[in-house]
Amino acid sequence: MKVLDIRKNGLRSIGRQLGEETTLTGCLGERYIGCALQEGILHVEGTPGNALASYLDGGTVLVDGNAQDAAADTMNAGLLAIKGSAGDALAYGMRGGRVYVLGDAGYRAGVHMKAYEDRKSILVIGGKAGSFLGEYLAGGIIIVLGLGHEGERITGYFCGNGMYAGTIYLRTDQTPLNLSDKLLKRDVDTREKESVLRPIITDFASAFSIPAEKCLEGSFIAIEADGSKSYSQLYAAV
Amino acid sequence: MKKEGEVRISSGCAISGIFCRDGRRISGEAIKRSIAVMHSRSNGLGGGFAAYGIYPQYREYPALHVFYDSETAREETERFLGRRFDIINLSKIPVRQSAKIVDAPLIWRYFILPLPHMLQDSQLDEDEYTSRAAIMINDSITGAYVISCGKDMGVFKAVGYPEDVADFYRIDEYEGYSWTAHGRYPTNTPGWWAGSHPFSLLDLTVVHNGEISSYDANRRAVEMYGYTCNLLTDTEVIAYMLDYLSRKQGLTLKECSEVLAAPFWSTIAIKDKEERRRLSYLRKMFSSFLITGPFSILVGFSGGMMALNDRLKLRSLVAAEKGSTVYFSSEEAAIRIIEESPDRVWAPRGGEAVIVTLDKEAVS
Repeated sequence: MKVLDIRKNGLRSIGRQLGEETTLTGCLGERYIGCALQEGILHVEGTPGNALASYLDGGTVLVDGNAQDAAADTMNAGLLAIKGSAGDALAYGMRGGRVYVLGDAGYRAGVHMKAYEDRKSILVIGGKAGSFLGEYLAGGIIIVLGLGHEGERITGYFCGNGMYAGTIYLRTDQTPLNLSDKLLKRDVDTREKESVLRPIITDFASAFSIPAEKCLEGSFIAIEADGSKSYSQLYAAV
Repeated sequence: MKKEGEVRISSGCAISGIFCRDGRRISGEAIKRSIAVMHSRSNGLGGGFAAYGIYPQYREYPALHVFYDSETAREETERFLGRRFDIINLSKIPVRQSAKIVDAPLIWRYFILPLPHMLQDSQLDEDEYTSRAAIMINDSITGAYVISCGKDMGVFKAVGYPEDVADFYRIDEYEGYSWTAHGRYPTNTPGWWAGSHPFSLLDLTVVHNGEISSYDANRRAVEMYGYTCNLLTDTEVIAYMLDYLSRKQGLTLKECSEVLAAPFWSTIAIKDKEERRRLSYLRKMFSSFLITGPFSILVGFSGGMMALNDRLKLRSLVAAEKGSTVYFSSEEAAIRIIEESPDRVWAPRGGEAVIVTLDKEAVS
């Protein structure tokens, strides 16, 4: 595995040297790390700057600390796994691939995520999420586990506002605060938990080497657009 | 050279703050290193710092930091001050000349004390007397700008990148218990010296990342109470709104934050009865003081600091703690460079102020 120091080698040289497995050390606010990476594995040490793994296009980016704002912006494919927390606007307009955050996510995580044919965006947040989670969601799956926050509220205000497709799963039995009347909340049954959530959460847990069973404990609720209300008709009439 | 539109400059202002709850005074070197990490968030059209605890030998006297466009403006201002204040000490603020900071005005510092008979005749308290004088200078003396006028504190600002502004003002030679910094990327108004951040009145300072959609409504509101907005930047009005709400109306800083970043009615509706009544009162009573549009601000004041986001959190703000030191910044990296392993790092929620003050033992 190659080890590169972002201070000595700079961001551009890293782009040329990728392909296999690389560790990038000493990050401190540098933007666009792993941007549009198509292949290989990039380990990021330190605190990477904004727009980390934006437009990610098949590569794998693993972060040992926290990420700042706009990580995985418009990501297309691949995996971004963050061991710490993520800032605001995580996975904005994501079109495919997986984003896993073991800690918390800031405001506006998963805004306008999409799914198309075999492309399905998946965002899993291990801790809590801020307000506007999955706003205008157009497809894909968002899961918030609230690990270590059992019994607390794990989302902020305006969860799923304006979403018209896709599903938000929350590991809680509490309905999010001021949930829009254009959304439906339902309890997740065992069959759906096993068929939909177990494979994703098992993959999430293995990315951070934590026990999957702990992440699957307890009940989940799901939030989806109410097909009989205007949003889904407005943008994606079926 | 590429013209505007041919090159994308991804910027968006930067703020940073360090507060030592134990009253320990640290050099300006740390805040300079912090704000410098976010160099690419500003574009060289403004940088500045506010520092508290820097003038212990003159802590009883308001310290005026003033920009002058000309010697005439200076002479006129000094005559104005001489009629109202004892000038205890006056000097040019020492600077380190640099090719990166150009077109500097004359930069002077005065330690002043209201003339007792003038103060008595005015029937004002000392703060009001001093703040009216500062507003009058800004409003009526051409080419004179009071950029700070509080006690044991000062604002240092210029056109340039913040790290270059720090070198210019030699802020590494000052020691304070509280520091805020700003790197500017002006979007709506000119980048000029007095228009750089922080903005200040008495001991209150504001650095701001964002833009105020409600600027004109806010400006009209404060102008009714004797403030004038002369510095061509929206942030100025935040300093005056806070001064009005806290000093004149006696609101706590938390209440001020609930006026500036009032929760949505839908959010108020789900609070318990007493909280609903309180928040509704503040929204209705001070409706012209609601700031709409994206912002994250750091407010410095004697003995404390407040960090506040707009209620939608449309600008980034990270907080951290290590022992008795508290950090705020637009980006976590700007904290990590001066404190590699904080005890706690968190993102304050939109509209929820984080207020830190000196520990009791540190207040002498």
